[in-house]
Amino acid sequence: MQPKTSFFKAMFAVVWKDLIAELRGKELISAMLVFALLVIFIFNFALELDPKTRSALTAGILWVTIIFAGNLGLNRSMAVEKDRGCLDGLLLAPVDRTAIYFGKSIANWIFMLIVAMIVLPIYSILYNTNIISPALLLVILLGSEGYVAIGTLLASMAVQARTRDILLPILLFPVILPVLIAAVKASAGILSGFPFSDLQTWFNLLIVYDIIFTSVAFMVFDSVVEE
Amino acid sequence: MITIIEVRNLIKRFGHKQVLRKLNFSVQQGEFVALLGSNGAGKTTLLRTLSSLSKPNYGEIQIAGYYLPGQSAQVRKKLGVVSHLPLLYGDLNAEENLKFYGRLYGLSDFQNHIEEILQLVGLLKRKKDLVRTFSRGMQQRLAIGRAIIHDPEVLLLDEPHTGLDQDAANMLDTLLQEIASRGRTVVMTSHDFPRVANLATRFDVLYKGIIHSSKFAKDLPQHGLLAYYQSIVDEIDAGGENQDAA
Ligand SMILES: Nc1ncnc2c1ncn2[C@@H]1O[C@H](COP(=O)(O)OP(=O)(O)O)[C@@H](O)[C@H]1O
Ligand SMILES: [Mg+2]
Repeated sequence: MQPKTSFFKAMFAVVWKDLIAELRGKELISAMLVFALLVIFIFNFALELDPKTRSALTAGILWVTIIFAGNLGLNRSMAVEKDRGCLDGLLLAPVDRTAIYFGKSIANWIFMLIVAMIVLPIYSILYNTNIISPALLLVILLGSEGYVAIGTLLASMAVQARTRDILLPILLFPVILPVLIAAVKASAGILSGFPFSDLQTWFNLLIVYDIIFTSVAFMVFDSVVEE
Repeated sequence: MITIIEVRNLIKRFGHKQVLRKLNFSVQQGEFVALLGSNGAGKTTLLRTLSSLSKPNYGEIQIAGYYLPGQSAQVRKKLGVVSHLPLLYGDLNAEENLKFYGRLYGLSDFQNHIEEILQLVGLLKRKKDLVRTFSRGMQQRLAIGRAIIHDPEVLLLDEPHTGLDQDAANMLDTLLQEIASRGRTVVMTSHDFPRVANLATRFDVLYKGIIHSSKFAKDLPQHGLLAYYQSIVDEIDAGGENQDAA
């Protein structure tokens, strides 16, 4: 068989496996979702915001929610593989190991997007403002891609350590800062109704970081997982 | 005879600790080799290195004509691996687990093949049950099904008997004999001497990171495996100072 077809076959096998396992247990998404909703509620009550200040903070709150919920998801998605030894099973596949990396990343990305798609309408209803727009969805798509690209790589490193729950955010959050800033700025601009041309820089930054993070992971994943 | 596994001067370190110390190991096609050795001898490390899960620090490894680590994907295609963990997903049923691994190995149109494997490991009736409801013995049998789904030339097993009751271990042995009778090469570690004695065609003693001795089953007196193993270990321990200096 062609190496290329087996690469994509293995990659989609991993995505398929993560999706049906999640459909069974719904553990990952429900954990992420509960966490995300708690963050939104806590912000609401802790800050007692009037509508005007709240709208200024919406972008920040939204991304804090996505980042923390995403961290939870990344940790669990790798822990599932590691704890029952399944990571070895994945690494034994007779393909280039980046296929495994991309499979896990795509699954993580899908989970993050599902959570975001549930959080956005809830946020809108809760605060009685429609924040859903194609431009914001695009920011979420781009921002979360960069996040899972580097997050999946770092999670596969952190999972080797006993202190992985704390190790992942310590490794991940500093690295992800440029993506977070660009995503928050772009989202805030969109929510304030700025024209797209004013936000072009932030979109460009998101795209550049997505490419950088994905390429770095592509290059080093194999050496990260081999002991 | 065709040499299917050839290991030369293999060194593997974890930090400063040298676990495999210029190990040499060679297996002919169709052999059933038992690796014997105490805890910490380096058996798992050797099997993990052969299966490309662990990178050698030094040495040459050739499996079924391909080199490690350079041609690791080709090597993995020839290998089936059973470790002390089942490498199965509890939230998937038996059939889905095999489907998943079938896809990982690039198989297509494998529905019939999966049924055959489930039949072979005696789990056809339980194929729709989630693996987390399986006993250790059933998981181990499915783990073997998982490992042979792509009909590998070489099967590597790390202590497959551990944690199995008598019945489950007997079923496992029957399964292994069946696989060996198809001309597949097997390398297995185990502490269960009576079982190993009935299965393997060759016994290698791995001790302190080196394979010290190798003996064919036909050259072994009956019930002589434990005595043979003990005599080798005693011999090494007697010359222990030289070993440690090396
Ligand atoms: N990932 C690892 N990191 C550090 N040391 C290891 C690792 N794996 C194995 N070792 C060490 O290597 C030695 C051999 O271990 P192992 O190959 O598991 O032995 P065996 O399987 O024969 O009992 C042990 O001393 C063990 O502590
Ligand atoms: Mg071991």
